Amino acid sequence: MSTQILTPDAAATERSRRVPGGLVLSWRQFRFWLTLFRRTWRGTVLSAILGPVMYLTAMGVGIGTLIDQNHSLPGGVGYLSFIAPGVLAVTAMQNGIFEGSFVVLGSLKWNGNYWAAVNTPQRPEDVMLGTAMQGLMRIFCLALVFFCSMAGFGTVHSAWGLLALPVVLLTGAVFLFAMMAFSVTLDTDQGLNLVFRFVMTPLSLFSGTFFPLQQLPGWMQPIAFATPLWHGVALSRELTLGTVDAGSALIHVGYLLAALALAYWLARRNFRARLYLNR
Amino acid sequence: MGREVSVVPGSVGGVSETTSSPEVLIRAEGLVKTFAKKQGAEFTAVAGIDFEVRRGEVFGFLGPNGAGKSTTMRMIGCVSPVSGGHLSLFGMEPNGQGPQIRARLGVVPQEDSLDLEMRVRDNLHVYGRYFGLPRSIIRERAERLLEFVQLGDRAKEKVDSLSGGMKRRLTIARALINDPEILILDEPTTGLDPQARHVVWDRLYRLKQQGVTLILTTHYMDEAEQLCDRLVVMDKGRIAAEGTPRELIEQYATREVLELRFPLGEQEQAAEKLEGIGQRLELLPDRVLVYAEDGEAALVGARGRGLEPMTALVRRSSLEDVFLHLTGRTLVD
Repeated sequence: MSTQILTPDAAATERSRRVPGGLVLSWRQFRFWLTLFRRTWRGTVLSAILGPVMYLTAMGVGIGTLIDQNHSLPGGVGYLSFIAPGVLAVTAMQNGIFEGSFVVLGSLKWNGNYWAAVNTPQRPEDVMLGTAMQGLMRIFCLALVFFCSMAGFGTVHSAWGLLALPVVLLTGAVFLFAMMAFSVTLDTDQGLNLVFRFVMTPLSLFSGTFFPLQQLPGWMQPIAFATPLWHGVALSRELTLGTVDAGSALIHVGYLLAALALAYWLARRNFRARLYLNR
Repeated sequence: MGREVSVVPGSVGGVSETTSSPEVLIRAEGLVKTFAKKQGAEFTAVAGIDFEVRRGEVFGFLGPNGAGKSTTMRMIGCVSPVSGGHLSLFGMEPNGQGPQIRARLGVVPQEDSLDLEMRVRDNLHVYGRYFGLPRSIIRERAERLLEFVQLGDRAKEKVDSLSGGMKRRLTIARALINDPEILILDEPTTGLDPQARHVVWDRLYRLKQQGVTLILTTHYMDEAEQLCDRLVVMDKGRIAAEGTPRELIEQYATREVLELRFPLGEQEQAAEKLEGIGQRLELLPDRVLVYAEDGEAALVGARGRGLEPMTALVRRSSLEDVFLHLTGRTLVD
């Protein structure tokens, strides 16, 4: 009872044997994640919109009102206008770290989709970049929602503020690639929790998001300056407040780009080592 | 009995099959795989092996766990870089043209790596998209392939709900979505119950009949005997022997084997008394194997020397005996 297994669609087979160049393979990996995303997008979108609104209300109307009575921020800026661009950058970092953690580890350990992908024309770098594309998409979409809320609360004081979006996308990308480079070396989620607790939380608190760095003890300030997050926070704030100048902007962007290049290189190297089983 | 096959999977896009001499698809010469370990030491998983796989044949790697079978499979599948020697598939080299080669392979890994949360059909869909196949083609192929692996009525269920044997069959269907020229199976029936194994064997046998080139690893000698046209016996990263199952048995074993069990502690003495009966003796922890052309005659001979075994069994030689002879160990411990 032999059956014909496949139709003689030789043309399609012939096309599938030609391996495309450029970013096409990465794009296919990205499409895989979009297919998955279609199952869960409703919940994500709802929390993406509710989160920032609640946050800005609590911070601005609650805490901000108390602080602004003292008029203690440099330049007489309202507290909400001070922290909102910082929180925009911090959120981008956090989303970058999240998107580079369980997504990667789950693909290796629980869902196995990375192991399936490498048996197709996908290379480790395609798998890495395609996964990163979906992370970047999320970082950007969530930043956009947050930015719109910020504008609604009247915290965007300059047209330059629009440029805060690409800046925080860049900030999120640094942490996304760095986290992917780390996650792809893991076998359990213990390492991820360490990063959440001992990297993400301190960075969020001490990178000039909620108070000016000058409030910190002198010895802590250079450490804060060295973190990519501070550069993202500072530049995002200068842009939305309209106080940006070319010199400092160049330094911030230059620093972030250098960090991105390093993180990208590490992610590429580590994905190759793991997925091509050379360990 | 149904329709005749009108297309041989894997025949399109490759070199035509009209050549009279069998076309070599995979060639390995002195193939080596080493892994760096800590403190600069190296672990050699594959220690220089040679083999050729020809179009349309079923080629097997038989050996115990840790023999280097899976590592060899991964090098063939272009997911593990070659450390030394030479390996080529379709005339291309894995270290440089992995994606081009993988576009023409179907791989059934040891672990299914299916997405359990997804529906059966969607697993085929996302996999097919990696090859850049259009949706309409994937839909059509998925339907046929699921019928082929007897999962047609499960297409809309989540993978989670499938049994182990069904998941394995789904993995086989997935590996066929790109119409591969070679199907690579790493221990296709390990962990399956006997009935599920037979269903998988039946499907693989049909693929073989349709002319698909199959490469498989196994540590089950019955699997190797049933499916393989040619095989290599691997042990400790090397190839111990190569040939058809029949050739190997003829070369390394006698026609029949007499298996004798004795009470605890009496086996050693019994073995001494058996000396000279049959062509060769093999002493296992729980039994003595006497290799002889005529097993019954050997048993008569043993009884003639006053031996009274608890049980005596005459059987035909198998690849298990070949492996035992070549390595001094049994396949499945």
